[in-house]
Amino acid sequence: MANILDIRRRIRSVINTRQITRAMKMVSAARLRRAQERALAARPYAQMLTNVLKSLVSRADVYDPATGDVLHPLLVHRPEKNVVLIVVTGDKGLAGAFNANILKAATRFLESKSGKNIEIEAIGRKGRDFLRRRFRAAEPRKTDSIEPPRTTLVGQQVGVLNKIEYSLASDLAERLIERYTNAEIDSVYVVFNEFKSVIAQRLVVEQLLPIERIGAREIAQSREMQLEEKQRAIEAAKGAGVSIRPADTREADERAAAFAVAQVDYIYEQPPRELFRALLPKYVGIQIYRALLESVAAEHAARMTAMESATSNASDMIDSLTLSMNRVRQAKITREIIEIVSGAASL
Amino acid sequence: MADTFQLEIVTPEKMVVRDSAEELQIPGRNGYVGILPHHAPLITELGAGEISYRSDGQTHRFSVAWGFAEVLPDRVTVLAETVERAGEINVSRAQDDLRQAEESLKSANTEEASAAANAKMSRAQARIEVAQKKT
Repeated sequence: MANILDIRRRIRSVINTRQITRAMKMVSAARLRRAQERALAARPYAQMLTNVLKSLVSRADVYDPATGDVLHPLLVHRPEKNVVLIVVTGDKGLAGAFNANILKAATRFLESKSGKNIEIEAIGRKGRDFLRRRFRAAEPRKTDSIEPPRTTLVGQQVGVLNKIEYSLASDLAERLIERYTNAEIDSVYVVFNEFKSVIAQRLVVEQLLPIERIGAREIAQSREMQLEEKQRAIEAAKGAGVSIRPADTREADERAAAFAVAQVDYIYEQPPRELFRALLPKYVGIQIYRALLESVAAEHAARMTAMESATSNASDMIDSLTLSMNRVRQAKITREIIEIVSGAASL
Repeated sequence: MADTFQLEIVTPEKMVVRDSAEELQIPGRNGYVGILPHHAPLITELGAGEISYRSDGQTHRFSVAWGFAEVLPDRVTVLAETVERAGEINVSRAQDDLRQAEESLKSANTEEASAAANAKMSRAQARIEVAQKKT
């Protein structure tokens, strides 16, 4: 039979664990709030850029009137032979199935593109570690390469998610755009966890290049949150004082929506076509940036939920341990009484 | 009170300025553009340079690397990738950048490389100029 001292020791250790998980939950909640603010701060720019591009599309000649060909290199479709996949995961674990789900989606995507040459850009340590074990690291493939198609890891960004800067996204975008323009790659996808609110999340594989339609998003694959996950997230959010509603963006959105679409005749300092050419690459950059920001928010939300479950599991464990400790103690007392009584009776 | 218009400067990271301005200068691609209230609607790309505006008699200066502006009679919105307030510019870093750009310009052997070096140089120069005007 277990001894009271052992059980008491275990209870103490579980209490300590609970303290840690509870603290981690609160930290994640605070980080989540900050991440949400940053994602919100990025909205006006993204919206305005999209608007300008949309209104320029109608003015600039995107298609060649004679042949119907697309005039901007980022809009051109080519047969898909060389694919780039950006995988955005977290740098740290202890976030439930967050990283595992993303990597599962990435693997599924890779399978669907088998036979093509695939280059992976990993952002986040967890994804990098996983992908590095499975695929060889290599230099980006040149167009004249005669090697057979294969899947390689060409880039990695680790430890950048703590402090995401726009330049990270725009540098990556620039590199991809250059290679896309030179026809070294034929399409670019990003797999990440989309985040609207704690309970509105989606794991998506989104097509970045070629750009299909400005303002619309091309989702190749997606996985919604399951009901059970949602319930756990709601519990966690309640416990940590995080709002489960998406942030109110109406005011900012309305202002942004008015940008560059006023019903007036603008004077264009540059021909619309030139403006369009200059702006389109920025659109790719802002989309990567948004993916990073949302992924970070989702990671913190996932960690918060995981730590909430861990905390409540610890509480359950403490309860059941306390119960069995009391039982053992009671049994011991009862046994002693029986011994005394039977001892007295035998006198 | 002087006539004013709404000015917003927005970057991907945040809204840098939301203010009412009496006068604004932006570095258009084809040269500086001065804007007063009731300006005709205008859309322009911005090059590397200085954005300055006056509000309540005070002049605010920013350096900008690349951007985009919409001008309406009562409102001006500037989209820019990086905007730095004059007081926040790290001059020694800008000078380092400038030196680097000069070197890469010398060693550049393709047209693209020298164009990139040139662009980097003008960005660094713009930042240094803006920073020095302040003092």
